[in-house]
Amino acid sequence: MTTYIIRRLLYTIPIVLGVLLLTFVLFTVAGGDISLEIAGKGATQQTIDEIRQGYGLNKPLFFSWDSQFVNHFKNALTFDFGRARDREPVIDKIKRGVGPSLALTVPIFLGVVIISVGLSLIVAFVRGTVWDVLAVVICVAGMSVPYLSFILFGQYFLAYKWGLFPVFFSPDLSMARNVALPVLIGIAAGLGGNLRFYRTVMLDEMQNDYVRTAFAKGLTTRRVLFKHVLKNAMIPIITRVVLAIPFLFLGSLLLERFFGISGLGYLMVEAIGARDYFVIGAMTYVSAILFVVFNLITDICYVLIDPRVCLE
Amino acid sequence: MIELPKGRSLLKDGLRRLLKRKLATVCLVVIAAYFLLAGFIYLAEFFDWQIGPTLWQEQAGESYAPPSSKNIFGTDIFGQSVLRKTLYGAKISITVALCASLVSIAIGVPLGAIGGYFRGFIDEIIVWLYSTLSSIPYILLILAFAVVLRERSILGHKLTGITAVYLAIGLTSWVGICRLIRGEVIKHKDRDYVLAAVSYGCSRRRIIFRHLLPNVFHIVIIDFSLRFVAFIHAEVILSFLGLGEANRPSWGAMINDARMELSRGVWWQMAAATAAIFIISLALNIFGDALRDSLDPKLRTV
Repeated sequence: MTTYIIRRLLYTIPIVLGVLLLTFVLFTVAGGDISLEIAGKGATQQTIDEIRQGYGLNKPLFFSWDSQFVNHFKNALTFDFGRARDREPVIDKIKRGVGPSLALTVPIFLGVVIISVGLSLIVAFVRGTVWDVLAVVICVAGMSVPYLSFILFGQYFLAYKWGLFPVFFSPDLSMARNVALPVLIGIAAGLGGNLRFYRTVMLDEMQNDYVRTAFAKGLTTRRVLFKHVLKNAMIPIITRVVLAIPFLFLGSLLLERFFGISGLGYLMVEAIGARDYFVIGAMTYVSAILFVVFNLITDICYVLIDPRVCLE
Repeated sequence: MIELPKGRSLLKDGLRRLLKRKLATVCLVVIAAYFLLAGFIYLAEFFDWQIGPTLWQEQAGESYAPPSSKNIFGTDIFGQSVLRKTLYGAKISITVALCASLVSIAIGVPLGAIGGYFRGFIDEIIVWLYSTLSSIPYILLILAFAVVLRERSILGHKLTGITAVYLAIGLTSWVGICRLIRGEVIKHKDRDYVLAAVSYGCSRRRIIFRHLLPNVFHIVIIDFSLRFVAFIHAEVILSFLGLGEANRPSWGAMINDARMELSRGVWWQMAAATAAIFIISLALNIFGDALRDSLDPKLRTV
């Protein structure tokens, strides 16, 4: 087990380096010199030089121990992302945004997983009936509505028109009340695709002999579904669930923007508007690291859950 | 002499089974209508025909006129017909999704085939490349590419609005198809027909592109019929974030306008754009599923 984990950890090194190479090529080589943009119109050569000095843009790109290329790797590996356009260290911005983002995305995630796994068992059980067809139709229809429409119509009707929820984030209200509507919208938008995925998984399981055996020996439907089938369907569920966790830290770009929740999604939208490569690059890198780590956790989970999986 | 029954190719057989399904055929007609509309607008712009969608700039009524018999979907802030804008938006969306698909197929399919066939060092490089890209969340990656590519010029061409959008989507979306093709080529490369081609002395290029790829190409069709929806939705989000087409109407820009309008009770622009996206997405989703079932029943929705 330990050797397996170590080997997997070694395997992540080229991936992390690859991500760093990509952000370097994108934001430093292709992105170009941003000192003119930061300085604004009519800046003197001296100001521009100072900005270039401050961001290290006057150093050579490659081929030196103090080149931008080397520094990019050095800084990223020590999680020192420099300062954003407004002079605040990027890492502070990210740390500040994680809390609100998680407060929004974790309830959405839990809601979607629990509801769709539960429903998928029931739908798979009544497969072929009208209810099954109806569920699939609703799922496909839900998947076809653009995410933005869910948000806009949800915000308009539930908050603005009927006044059930606050329209916009306000610090006076409790966090739970503030995120209630975005969470509801997030769950509604995510349910279609997930339910359909889990239904396919459950249908595969239902065809196995052990299900027939379990029914034959007189177990109740509930026991067969939630004890036997659910346990065996765990591998695809775990894969999907664990690999979704890193995305939770990113927050939701659109939901946060619409409801004024100052999480990481909002930070990203602001950074795009300001063409702040430092923030975008740092977010890309951090999320990639999280993804790689959770990928590793998924593989370890397989072993813990399914004794047939061997570590090769 | 015995008369042998005439064989059908995989594609022909799949198509026959597909057309037997009524719903899938209807969806195919809907998709074709969107494509024809987009193509028609291109033609109309090229020949300068003065018809509905190309006249979207014209004032069709007063500002924010609600839906009526004159303007079925009402008008926007400038009094432009929402119906015309919606129709014109089809051109932008279809163009972006089609070009993004072409870019990602052009990158993903050859890389996947080469990696799967040659294995070894070259394969490891390709796997490393797509593992790296796939470890960054999809939407973040597209945004990063779109931000950098915007307003940049490549080979003397300035990347305006939609070019940057489809390049960003295309350059980031080839990972899925590359992985699928690579897996399938690995499965196929020891089959008899490939060995026969090797023993005939075919060049490796001929084996990959003339023998292997045609046998695995149905995966590309299936994958992209479903991926097309994601591209259309990605275009909407990019336009909404101000990274898309700025000067001409697109569905994303319309939804962005609607953000401010909804509080004034102006819902028709929003509804029209949503309906346009909903109908083509629904058609593509159903059609893609049917296509997968008839071409390759073993493949599952992931």
